[in-house]
Amino acid sequence: MILWEIYLLAQRTILRNALRSSLTMLGIVIGVGAVIIMVTLGSGATVKVTQDISKLGSDILYVRPGLGPHGPGGVRAASKPFELADARAIENSVAGLRAVAPTADTAGQAILGSANRSTTISGVTNAYFTVQGWQLADGRFFNDAELKAGKSVCVLGQTVQKELFGTVSPIGKAMRVGKISFKVVGTLQSKGASTFGQDQDDVIVIPLRTFQRRIAGNTDVRNIIVSVEPGVSTQAVKTDIEGLMRERRMIKAGQDDDFHVRDMKEIIDTFTSTTTIMTALLSAVAGVSLLVGGIGIMNTMMVSVTERTREIGTRLAIGAMREEVLLQFLVEAVVLAAFGGILGILLGLGASVLGARLIGVPFIFKPGIVALAFFFSGAVGIAFGYLPAQKAAQLDPIEALRYE
Amino acid sequence: MIATAARGEDLIELRGVTKIYGEGQATVRALDGIDLTIRQGEFVAMMGPSGSGKSTCLNILGCLDSPSQGSYRFADVQVEHLSLDQRAVLRRNFLGFIFQGFNLLNRTSALENVELPLIYRRMTARKRRELAMRALADVGLADWADHTPSELSGGQQQRVAIARALVGRPKVLLADEPTGNLDSARSKEVMEMLVEFNQRQGITIVMVTHEPDMAAYAHRQIQFRDGIIEAIQ
Ligand SMILES: Nc1ncnc2c1ncn2[C@@H]1O[C@H](COP(=O)(O)OP(=O)(O)OP(=O)(O)O)[C@@H](O)[C@H]1O
Ligand SMILES: [Mg+2]
Repeated sequence: MILWEIYLLAQRTILRNALRSSLTMLGIVIGVGAVIIMVTLGSGATVKVTQDISKLGSDILYVRPGLGPHGPGGVRAASKPFELADARAIENSVAGLRAVAPTADTAGQAILGSANRSTTISGVTNAYFTVQGWQLADGRFFNDAELKAGKSVCVLGQTVQKELFGTVSPIGKAMRVGKISFKVVGTLQSKGASTFGQDQDDVIVIPLRTFQRRIAGNTDVRNIIVSVEPGVSTQAVKTDIEGLMRERRMIKAGQDDDFHVRDMKEIIDTFTSTTTIMTALLSAVAGVSLLVGGIGIMNTMMVSVTERTREIGTRLAIGAMREEVLLQFLVEAVVLAAFGGILGILLGLGASVLGARLIGVPFIFKPGIVALAFFFSGAVGIAFGYLPAQKAAQLDPIEALRYE
Repeated sequence: MIATAARGEDLIELRGVTKIYGEGQATVRALDGIDLTIRQGEFVAMMGPSGSGKSTCLNILGCLDSPSQGSYRFADVQVEHLSLDQRAVLRRNFLGFIFQGFNLLNRTSALENVELPLIYRRMTARKRRELAMRALADVGLADWADHTPSELSGGQQQRVAIARALVGRPKVLLADEPTGNLDSARSKEVMEMLVEFNQRQGITIVMVTHEPDMAAYAHRQIQFRDGIIEAIQ
C-alpha cells in the first residue's frame, strides 16, 4: 500500500469517528496552543519592552529613598526623603550626566467645572521632560520664573486633557487641582500605556516648587531621575551616586543603604524574570498536555485496534504484510496528532492575536515555532501510536478473524 | 515466483502434515499426518464432525497457519520455507478467502470492500475501481456498489465477499463454511455461483462445509475425523 492510500484511509477513519477523534486530540490541541501562545506573546512582550526602553533610553537611573523592590520589606516608610539639595549635589559632583530631574508626585483631583478626574500630580523641573522623553503637543514647558517662584501653572497629559477639556484647546485656560487654581501652559504628546500597563498620559505636571509648597506642604523630593551621557557606563555612575548619597545621608560603613539606585537593566531583569517564570510555567503546562494528549492517543488507538480486530484479521488474510498494518495504525495516530497540532496552532495564533491586543504588545508570528509545534505533535503521534500499531501488526490472523 | 500449473496438474500437495496445539498434557493433535493432493481447477469439499481438523487444514492451505510437521507445496513453492511476508505476498497474489462470518469492513461500501485486496497489490485507484465493479457485476451486485454491508442482506453480503475473494483472479479460493450463515435458498445461490467460477474461470476451490447438499456440488469430498482423512469420494 502506498503511503498516500494509507493517509487517505487514516483520514477517513478519523473523520468517521469525529467526536472521539476530537476528544482524543484535545490534549495535543491544548499543549500546542499553549506553546504557540507562550512563544508568540512572550516575544511580543520582549519586543515591546525593548522598544519602550530604547524610547526611554537605557541610560536612565532612578534614585529613590528606601530599599529597592528586591530588598526585605520593600520601600521603608521610615527612610528619610530626598531634598532638592540632593539632586543638586548629584548634578554637581557626579561626572557624565546629561540631566538630573528631581520629582515628587501624589494622587489628586483635577477639576474643571463639573468635570473631574483622579489623576497623578507630578512636581518636576524641566529636566524631567528631557529624561522621560516627553514631547509637547501644544503650548510650552515651564519657564524659569514659574519654576523658581512656584507659580500655579501646569502641563496636561492627553488623558486628563481629553477628560476635562474634550476637543477644546486648554492652553491659557484655568482649572483646579484640588482647591488650587492652575493655568494650563502646555499639553503633552501621548505616550500610551507603559510596559507595565499604566496609562502614562493620565498625569498633570506642575513645577516642583509649586508641588512642594501648595500641594505636599513639605520640601521632599520623592524620586531623582538621572540621565547618563551616551557612552558613559551606567554602572559607574550608579556607584558614584551610591557613594555620594551614603555620604550625604551619613550611612556608616557596613550599614545598609536606606535608598536605592535602579537602572533600566534592573527593571528589565525584573520583567524578564517574571516572563521566565511564566514561560517555565506554561512550558510545564504544555509538556503535561502533550504527554496527556499522547496517552489519550495511545488509549484511543488501543481501543480502535481491539474494535477492529476482525478488520485487521481480514486485511492480513487477504495479503497485507505486518508492516503495512503497522503503518496503517501508526499513520492514523500521527494524522490524529498532527490534526490536533494544526488545530492547536490555529487556536494558539488566534488567541495570541487577541491576547496581544488585550495586553498591548505587538503580535509576532514565529514560523519556526509553528513548524516545531507541528513536527512535535507528529512525533507525539509516532511515540504513542507505535505500541497500539505494533499490537495490531502482531495479531494472529486466524484468531483475529474469529474475534467477536 | 510461482509457475502457473495447467488445468489438471497438481497444484497443492500436503505430505504428512501434522498440527499440534498446546503444550505438555493439554496437547491437541488437530491434524495427524495428512496427505492430500489437489489439482488445478478442482472443486474440493471438506467434510467431517466438529473438531475433526477441517478449519485447521484450510488455514494451513491458506498459509495463515503453518504445520508443526510435514510439508506443503503450492505449485512449485515449498511454503514452509517462506517467511511471513512472503506468505502474505503469496496470499495476496494467488489465494482468495471466503469466511463464514463474511468479514466485510462495515461502514465501507461494497465497492471499497471488493477493492481491498487490490490495494495491497499496489494497483492504481482507477484500475481497482474497474476490476471491483466487474467483480460485483459478476456476482449480480452492480447496483449495490455504494451500499455498506449493513444495508445488504446476508446473501448479498456473502456475494460481496465472493467478489472480494475473486476480484484478483486467484488460483485458489478457500472457503470455510461459506453457507454457514445462510438459509437454503441463499446457500444454493452462493454454491451455483462458486460452481460457475470454478467452471468458467478454472479457479480451484477448497470448501469446508457441514452440509452434504453443499458438498454435493464439489468434484471430491474429503472426510475428516480426529485429525486424519478418513475417506475421499
Ligand atoms: N488455536 C487453537 N488452540 C488450541 N486448540 C485448537 C486451536 N484451534 C483449533 N484447535 C483444536 O484443534 C481441533 C481441530 O479444530 P478445527 O477448528 O480444525 O475443527 P473443525 O473441523 O474446523 O471444527 P468445526 O466444524 O467445529 O469448525 C479441535 O479439537 C480444536 O479444539
Ligand atoms: Mg471449522
